[in-house]
Amino acid sequence: MRRAKRAKLKEKAVSALFFTAGILAVIVLIGIFALLLYTAIPAFKEISVGEFLFRRNWDPTSPEKAEYGILSMMMSTLLVTFGALVIAVPIGVGTAAYLSDVAHPRVREVMKPVIEILASVPSVVTGFLGIVLFGPLIARLFGLPNGQNALNGSLLLAIMALPTIISISEDALNAVPHSYTEASLALGGSRWQTLVKVRMPAALSGIIAACMLGMGRAIGETMTVLMATGNARSFPHGFLDSVRTMTANIAIELGEVPYFTAHYYALFAVGLVLFVMTFLVNLAADIVLRRYQEKER
Amino acid sequence: MTGPLTRDRKSRGRKALAQFAGFFILRLCLALVLAALAVLLFDIISKGAGSVSIEFLTKAPRRGMTEGGIFPAIVGTFQVAMVSALLAVPLGMAAAVYLNEYARKGVLTRIIRVAIRNLAGVPSIVYGLFGVILFVNILSFGTSILSAGLTLGLMTLPWTITASEEALKTVPASYREGALALGATKWQMIRTNVLPYAIPGMLTGAVIGLARAAGETAPIMFTGAAFFLPHLPRSLGDQFMALPYHLYIMSTQHHAIQQVRPLAYGTALVLIGLVLLMNMSAVVVRYRLRRKQRWTRT
Repeated sequence: MRRAKRAKLKEKAVSALFFTAGILAVIVLIGIFALLLYTAIPAFKEISVGEFLFRRNWDPTSPEKAEYGILSMMMSTLLVTFGALVIAVPIGVGTAAYLSDVAHPRVREVMKPVIEILASVPSVVTGFLGIVLFGPLIARLFGLPNGQNALNGSLLLAIMALPTIISISEDALNAVPHSYTEASLALGGSRWQTLVKVRMPAALSGIIAACMLGMGRAIGETMTVLMATGNARSFPHGFLDSVRTMTANIAIELGEVPYFTAHYYALFAVGLVLFVMTFLVNLAADIVLRRYQEKER
Repeated sequence: MTGPLTRDRKSRGRKALAQFAGFFILRLCLALVLAALAVLLFDIISKGAGSVSIEFLTKAPRRGMTEGGIFPAIVGTFQVAMVSALLAVPLGMAAAVYLNEYARKGVLTRIIRVAIRNLAGVPSIVYGLFGVILFVNILSFGTSILSAGLTLGLMTLPWTITASEEALKTVPASYREGALALGATKWQMIRTNVLPYAIPGMLTGAVIGLARAAGETAPIMFTGAAFFLPHLPRSLGDQFMALPYHLYIMSTQHHAIQQVRPLAYGTALVLIGLVLLMNMSAVVVRYRLRRKQRWTRT
């Protein structure tokens, strides 16, 4: 009797333990948000939210008047991300379509781990290539004194976003029901017509989600942009401008800033904005992807 | 004379041409991706190979980091990866057991899954900020191996959970039913009939997660990685040198960047080699496991 009771208690304790581990992801996510918010709030005792979000000038160490506007950084982040997507989306979706619809199964099997290799390249190595390889190339191509600009960052981020876009788009294309494909082919459509007019539209929401996940990755990437874009604090006007993204700005200034000053808190506020941006993009992608998968099932 | 037959033939020809051109463009896309990878690997390997020697791997940097090796950075990367593994692997496995064995379908489980996927998308620099507040300041671990390792561990958590769950899913339901039919409790079933078959797969997933963690820079920059240290770290409370941060310094912050470029290339090669080696060994082990499992199941 007692032993049975003890066994039951043990079962309960073990399942409680596993539950705690399971819920941890939620706690960590909320914890990140809460701690960022908590540390960012003191910044707004000295800076107005409007000034923070809509001013262009970020100059916290100015001897006259410290300025905390993140608009230039935000635009830089968006510019570099936009450039990366312009490059990575067509190439990534094209590659996914090739792998799912054209390539021999054996080629597909070989290409999967090869693309995983691309995904496993550390971001600091990609950034290093931006300095030693892409930078000089861009400088020579456009006749610039150096190649540390938004274009360089976009190229590198495109390379980093490609594996995500390829693998998730490919999954989406593979999930299109066979009956769609067979119906199209039976009606006399070529494989190309079937791909473009039937399979791609059927997989569209999955492909969009893939691109959004790639976008989330590009917005949050730090080391590559820090090393490759030149980090000038001015408002960006084009892809050949040197830009400083939100991530790069945190990385540059967090090392030098004295703890618990307005500047320190303001950097956490930038981090908070970054967290919210990537969270929304990822959540939207997640919703699209899940709804789509449930529908297919 | 254009009868219906020739028109049909013409349109069929156009269709074939469109398909040929379309598939050619798709093939070009793949070629571009492969070219990017090839250029990346070729540049690092061809220019880095010259700097990598036994001395480079086993000696500390000398003369203001213009000579010598990267031994302390290799050691530091291993140490910090170990700390993050100690945090992320057991917790990731336990979370996966909960999700795959205990959790019922419902709102809570769905929230947990959304949180895991979102954690995987949180920018690495945000993990760095979180580590600075929680580990460096609130828990006052200071800038140390411990703080950096725990920060990286949290970042690795969503990957280890996902990989562990994949491993649990490969264990056939009949194993579980067999145990339960013999009167085992749930935990007995998990311990004897599920975990032994899932753990190898879980560990290979963990190695892949660790490989990614070892290559990360942003989360460790402000939680413990040091520019240069004259000696190896002696305890978890010490700062450390790490390969990715060392590469960042050697390529952007060093006072003689052009002069130390070969050393930077060497560091990049060692880093990428380490990450790829960990990845590939995990992939090979996973492939073997899958074959073995398929064999036992039939």
